[in-house]
Amino acid sequence: MYGGGFIPDDIDKKVPVDQEDPVRLEEFQARIDAGEKIEPHDWMPHEYRRQLIRLIEQHAHSEIIGALPEGTWITRAPGFRRKLSLLAKVQDEVGHAQLLYNAAETLGKPREAMINDLLSGKSKYSNVFNYPAKTWADTAVIAWLIDAAAIVNQTTNAKGSYGPYCRALDRICQEESFHLFYGYESVVTLATGTEQQRAMVQEALTRWWKPIMHFHGPPDTSSVHGNQLERWKVKMASNDAMRQTFLNMYVPKIWELGLTVPDPDLKKNEETGQWEFGDPDWDEFWEVIKGNGPCNHERLQVRRKAEEDGRWVREALMARSGKQVLPLS
Amino acid sequence: MATIKSLDPRVARAELPTEPTEVVLNPEEQWETYEVFHQKKSGARHIHQGTVHAPSSELAYTFAKEQYGRRDQTYSIWVVKTSQVFTVENDNSLYKTVPEKQYRNAGFYKVRDKIEKFKRQMNEH
Repeated sequence: MYGGGFIPDDIDKKVPVDQEDPVRLEEFQARIDAGEKIEPHDWMPHEYRRQLIRLIEQHAHSEIIGALPEGTWITRAPGFRRKLSLLAKVQDEVGHAQLLYNAAETLGKPREAMINDLLSGKSKYSNVFNYPAKTWADTAVIAWLIDAAAIVNQTTNAKGSYGPYCRALDRICQEESFHLFYGYESVVTLATGTEQQRAMVQEALTRWWKPIMHFHGPPDTSSVHGNQLERWKVKMASNDAMRQTFLNMYVPKIWELGLTVPDPDLKKNEETGQWEFGDPDWDEFWEVIKGNGPCNHERLQVRRKAEEDGRWVREALMARSGKQVLPLS
Repeated sequence: MATIKSLDPRVARAELPTEPTEVVLNPEEQWETYEVFHQKKSGARHIHQGTVHAPSSELAYTFAKEQYGRRDQTYSIWVVKTSQVFTVENDNSLYKTVPEKQYRNAGFYKVRDKIEKFKRQMNEH
């Protein structure tokens, strides 16, 4: 058949895994265990499809909303070179959203429906973007550490089972490596600069530490989606494991710059090899998810305005297809 | 936590409504998709990269340049409507593994053993 002719099962319908055809389910699991990738037109359990849509869609929303706290600094970037870099980074984030919406669309949910769920608040995005970028140093900390945390997550998920998502993530990780180095350079510039610059980056890091610790999600005991997603290679590592990987890679780099994080309990237990840390205020995490963060309202209103303001352009472009064609002879 | 006044001067100037407003996109408001093929350099093959949403081939081409050609070397780009791509799903006549088709490969044709044997026989005579 031609592309686009595929009509999936009702994507909102919840079908518990134990109601799936056991033979197909077993074949499906065997393919995943053998390292095969699942492609859009392959048979898949309802729950696999539903959870993937949820995951990829929220990832896409995070890229779109994630462009806002940094985008706000493009007009005020210190110098032309940094403005160019920040513009490129923010453009990448929006491009990543499109790659991810495309991957989610292959599972049967149209892009318009996903955007509507973002605008109505039904569908979530990464919590960290409900916090403001107060100074230029905040953008540096975001570009370095939020992107670093995201890369840990994305490189892990790029080894998952769903082909289109893996391909999108491969490209995203490749592009984000520039974000990470750009962010690191920005932080290092401030941290090795004047007293004022050092103070500025320290304050930004202190502000962002809680959201950074929240980035990979709540401790695994309280996560709603568990083992099934790991067996299906939808989720490739636990929240805690990804947080540990992140801390292992970046806390030494933070300390090397003589910066501190606002957690006196943070230390590596040399016996277990695990990082130990104080409670990063999970109550606040849940409050912000519920919509009560400092910027939740602003982020969504900005998106709603953008969709509304862009509508006449989309309509004008659409009308073009009705143009008159002159007879050939 | 309290909602803060926007720190973005442009957002502050826009005076966004304090209550959530309802904005709903219509079905297909963001058009259909095009498949994008990217050729890195002269002489290279075009490789499928992904898709873009666009209202026409011309705009699909413009968006494809932004989305898939903004960073690395790009020699040319093709776009084609997804709905124009013909494929057959789960076609069992495709070979997923090909041990039975080895006769189509050069490595299937082995002569050295025969030649060595032939030479040994010749020497014996």
